[in-house]
Amino acid sequence: MADQTVSGGGAGLVSVPAASGATARWARRAEALALPLGALVVGLLAFGLFLLALGKSPVQFYELVYKAGFGTWFSWQNTLSRAAPLLFAALCVALPARLGLMIIGGEGAIVLGGVAAGGIGAAVAGWPGAIAMPVMAVFAMLAGGAWIGAVGALRQKRGVNETISSLLMAYIAIAVMNHLVEGPLRDPASLNKPSTAPLPEALRIGEMPGMDVHYGFLIGVICCVISWVLIEKTTWGFAARLVGGNVRAAQIQGLPVGWLLIGFTALGGAFAGLAGMIEVSAVQGSANGSLAAGYGYAGILVAFLARHNGIAIIPVAILIGGMEASSGLIQRRMDLPDATVLVLEGFVFVAILLSETLYGRFKAFSPERWRTA
Amino acid sequence: MSDFRIPTRRGFLKSTAALGGAVALTGLGAGRALAADTTVGFIYVGPKDDYGYNQAHAEGAAAIKGMPGITVVEEENVPESVDVQKSMESMINFDGASLIFPTSFGYFDPHILEMAQKYPDVRFEHCGGMWTADKHPMNVGSYFGYIGMGQYLNGIAAGHATRTKKIGFVAAKPIPQVLLNVNSFLLGARAVDPEITCQVIFTGEWSLAVKEAEAVNALTDQGADVITCHVDGPKVVMETAAGRGAFVCGYHADQSALAPEKYLTGAEWNWANVYTDMAETTLAGGTIDNFVRGGLAEDFIKMSPLGPAVSDASRAQFEDTMATIKKGGFSVIKGPLKDNKGGVIATEGQAFEESDVALESMDYLVEGVIGSTS
Repeated sequence: MADQTVSGGGAGLVSVPAASGATARWARRAEALALPLGALVVGLLAFGLFLLALGKSPVQFYELVYKAGFGTWFSWQNTLSRAAPLLFAALCVALPARLGLMIIGGEGAIVLGGVAAGGIGAAVAGWPGAIAMPVMAVFAMLAGGAWIGAVGALRQKRGVNETISSLLMAYIAIAVMNHLVEGPLRDPASLNKPSTAPLPEALRIGEMPGMDVHYGFLIGVICCVISWVLIEKTTWGFAARLVGGNVRAAQIQGLPVGWLLIGFTALGGAFAGLAGMIEVSAVQGSANGSLAAGYGYAGILVAFLARHNGIAIIPVAILIGGMEASSGLIQRRMDLPDATVLVLEGFVFVAILLSETLYGRFKAFSPERWRTA
Repeated sequence: MSDFRIPTRRGFLKSTAALGGAVALTGLGAGRALAADTTVGFIYVGPKDDYGYNQAHAEGAAAIKGMPGITVVEEENVPESVDVQKSMESMINFDGASLIFPTSFGYFDPHILEMAQKYPDVRFEHCGGMWTADKHPMNVGSYFGYIGMGQYLNGIAAGHATRTKKIGFVAAKPIPQVLLNVNSFLLGARAVDPEITCQVIFTGEWSLAVKEAEAVNALTDQGADVITCHVDGPKVVMETAAGRGAFVCGYHADQSALAPEKYLTGAEWNWANVYTDMAETTLAGGTIDNFVRGGLAEDFIKMSPLGPAVSDASRAQFEDTMATIKKGGFSVIKGPLKDNKGGVIATEGQAFEESDVALESMDYLVEGVIGSTS
């Protein structure tokens, strides 16, 4: 069914008109880059005013963000370590978003992926890492994929709002995780912090050469690139964007809309599940309640800042990772509460959302202008 | 927004208020850490004014802030993930911290253990952990207090205050430390009246305000008229229970301000004493013991002052028992004692002192506690 569409009249439904020419395409790209960057700057400035109102120095604040996030080699390692789970969490938002679905419950897929990886890891503890770790990853992705895929299916089959259901299912997922690590999967030796059995060293993801950042970051970057290629360069991605652009049109074209919705939500969930596996294997060493660290929610911000573009997620995750890396130093040096960085992220988020209304409003970015010029 | 009032109330703004905007151009304030002999870092898993676990540690940190030669740096709301590892490293790299107190139980394995290997010259002191010589690095220490005794004393005050002979306990998770507190609370009350029962409700999380409030309402609906808890921040439990007309016993820190009329007493940590000792040892060039435990007698634990609702008979038994506990050799868990499923925990003459390691793997609720560990 899909081949019918792609070669057919579908092309006219996506953004870039065929005849717009290279200059016009660059104008659009410049707009896609300039507007979020401009919004970022506006958000940072607005937050600066907020700090002034509190009697704090914005200059000192941003100096500290720079120092703790990007100013030293340790800061970079700190930033990249924090960015790693955000890459996956953002994909769980971004992929469904390209089909017009707002999934905000990636946290659930992360914790279930972690529990699956921890449980399987404990069961295959004697296996060589080269076999056991992919098995853990597959089960984590299945768990996460099934969880968010179910959100997509509820939406498709029963018309349940995916935003609400994914959020509520995240709470269910955390309860399921607690039940499993405190019950059937609990290592009896984990007395005051119920956990699955600790993974042997062979099943632990190590650090990349020369730095204190685990391979999860690299895997995350690869997943982002794969997602970008999938969405931008394949017929499936094309069909997905078509569904996101106009679901009626996609149906009329004969696209398998239901399968696309469920498939892409499941894929997003699978990436989040993989994040859980990496948390367990690279950081925690076992699955336990610490898995619910809020990465799933931070990923929403990253995905929106990146406008749901897989490649853009990489620098944005690093930026947000850097902001979070600076939270501690800001608390210690400026006596501001830890929520300060959350407020900053909120300012930036609102600025980005507001900037969405500005697309096509600036003449400089208009393809028409460049075509005639 | 309420978060932004926190520093004001707790006085943390004072030090920077004068700086205002001018500090902007003076660089990053890096000189501050270098001036002191020892920089001590404190990391909290929740807000440091939670009226509970984290506030108790923050009060301990505040106690050593004024000591000459000590600079304190703090971070709150740090998750038990790579975040806490990086917070520790950041304190070491940017502030020159040489003694760090990552205070949440979940920070120990693997986070503190990894950082301790990476930074062998830094001392890591962890609350609640079980440091073991053959498993853990020498630059790690663990400390904890026998706060079950405090819950036993809470139970005595509760036993005198209850009219319905039903008391209630809001608990986070059915883990040994929590179960010991539940059992101690009930056994304290039964030292007053053996017919008293205690209903326990587990919320499943350390900090989950909505469920904590629901649990209090459920307990009072069923007739419980004295409530205590073991969650990270007892504020919601105290206020909700007092609002329902029940008496309350505190936990972790002093919550009397939240319910002045209904507050009987509370089992509090006395980290100010413990941290002052540890800071003095460090300043004197000594080494803190790797495994530190203490109770009421060692001033690791203290009781909130008795509230206005406490009767004279209650006060007498409370103070008498406290004196007995401080003398040493007192056991809360002693035979004959059964669990609430009928299994024998201790036979006649058998007793577990507060320091008995068997208590650190407790997995039962004693007879008289209504509830289940699973």
